[in-house]
Amino acid sequence: MNTPAIEVHGLRKSYGDKIVLDGVNLTVAAGTVTALLGPNGAGKTTTVHILSTLLRPDGGTAFVNGCDVVRDPGGVRLGIGLTGQFSAVDKLLTGEENLLLMARLRHLGAKRSKTRVAELLEQFDLVEAARKPLATYSGGMQRRLDLAMTLVATPSVIFLDEPTTGLDPRSRHTMWDIVRDLVAEGTTVLLTTQHLEEADELADRIAVLDGGRIVADGTPDELKRLLPGGHIRLRFADTAALDAASRLLDESARDSTGLALTVSSDGGVGTLRTVLDRLDAAGLEVEDLSIHTPDLDDVFFALTGKKDQSDGVDTKGTES
Amino acid sequence: MTTVTDQRLTATRISRQSHVVADSITMLRRNLLHIVRYPGLSMFTILGPVVILLLVVFVFGGTLGAGLPGVDPAGGRGAYLAYVMPGILLITIAGTASGAAITVAMDMTEGITARFRTMAISRAAVLAGHVIGNTIQAIIAVALVLGVGLLVGFRPTARPVEWLASAGLIVLIAFAVSWIGVAMGMQSKTVETASNLPLILTLLPMLGSGFVPTESMPAGLQWFAQYQPFTPFIESIRGLLLGTPLGWNPMLGIGWCVVIAVAGYAWSMAIYERKSVR
Repeated sequence: MNTPAIEVHGLRKSYGDKIVLDGVNLTVAAGTVTALLGPNGAGKTTTVHILSTLLRPDGGTAFVNGCDVVRDPGGVRLGIGLTGQFSAVDKLLTGEENLLLMARLRHLGAKRSKTRVAELLEQFDLVEAARKPLATYSGGMQRRLDLAMTLVATPSVIFLDEPTTGLDPRSRHTMWDIVRDLVAEGTTVLLTTQHLEEADELADRIAVLDGGRIVADGTPDELKRLLPGGHIRLRFADTAALDAASRLLDESARDSTGLALTVSSDGGVGTLRTVLDRLDAAGLEVEDLSIHTPDLDDVFFALTGKKDQSDGVDTKGTES
Repeated sequence: MTTVTDQRLTATRISRQSHVVADSITMLRRNLLHIVRYPGLSMFTILGPVVILLLVVFVFGGTLGAGLPGVDPAGGRGAYLAYVMPGILLITIAGTASGAAITVAMDMTEGITARFRTMAISRAAVLAGHVIGNTIQAIIAVALVLGVGLLVGFRPTARPVEWLASAGLIVLIAFAVSWIGVAMGMQSKTVETASNLPLILTLLPMLGSGFVPTESMPAGLQWFAQYQPFTPFIESIRGLLLGTPLGWNPMLGIGWCVVIAVAGYAWSMAIYERKSVR
């Protein structure tokens, strides 16, 4: 049996009273892409930082390529690459100098360094900008350079921490293509993202992280089955109507400040009709109605708001 | 199983050790490139001592020089220039430590340093790159400040051997002080702290025999001045360049260099290790 590229058990980390990771379990098979999906503060970056030896966990175990991140950080470092949220480039050097710096630190040798750097500049569409200072680079170019620097020595496991945050749609698609190429070459990728769409595009498996725990873990299709059609949002004129409707529709979540009620729905006309009929029968007037197709909010609504519904997938992280 | 792991660990350790020198050179090259491309900070470390030199010689020099033991009051300014020059050179070195601290503190907040930590690079190499880079910068700074000194009339009596010995000692002191500067930069959480902490070093030549003979100080201060490292540094350079009695000062100075370098190395390594696995 193959050793998983990444194996994490009961990972814990806290800063003072604030618990960031509360027993995270995660396994990533070699050569696959796993997306760590979660909102800000869910612990995605912390997890990646522990796996890339930047942080020491408080408890639990984590292995990358079979090396313990605490006992053998050197072994881990030999086989990984990290492209983080915050650009890890030397802003005082040019793009080419940055890549050469990495090539030297990876001990590629003078000749191979040169060809590898030329190759990467070509692949990441940075040839023209190669000798220009980084101050002249756009956000997308810096991100591409950042990833190119990670790839200088072709690491077997790559961590991408929100690789497309802050990029325009075109740059984002370029980044996605790059990730797909990497995987085609057999690289294991663990990427974090806040966007379901991105996870859906790239990942073989998605692990949903919330409040320092993996609340669900499965293939994109398995997760999508959890949220068949998103939700209906109903807005009312006053609190009285909102209260009444809230009592009437028991599977709903209320947003008191917006005087709104959210009801999960399978997207079909049937559910919509049922909801409206029940409100009508009770004589409640709806100010405004909108139908939402599934997004990350719905994933959390389904997975964290109502845990009893998440039995369909492999629910992890509940044991401490 | 354990033996296999041990062997692999040993193998990685060996392969890592053999790269320390290569990685240090790579890091040094990066730091030198920064200095060449953005010389602002380096200029500042040279400008400071030059201003102090001109100030103490031309503004205070006449009176201060006349007060030196065995000096004819009429030739006070020239005598004071000769007396103060070694101290100014030491202030120059101490000043570059503050440059090193700022550079390191800035670098530690950059994403690139986080990247270095995720790579199999020797920790010592990252630090050595900064230290050697700063030592080179300090040597250039000392040479330029000395040049200004010669321009305004500093006339050393040293022979080639003594010049060589002075140069060697300057390199050694610059290397040792750079380690302290790098450690201070690592210690500082902000760049502001990093620029303030090394000011202590710049004060030391003044609290030693750099500007006035230690005998003229109050008892407590005199005791401190006599036993702090900058006094043997200054006395050695003074002796080598101007032929004043050397005594044990060169030995003491070299000893202090070793102590300071080792302390700075241990200090910065400890912090780097703590910062890399928080």
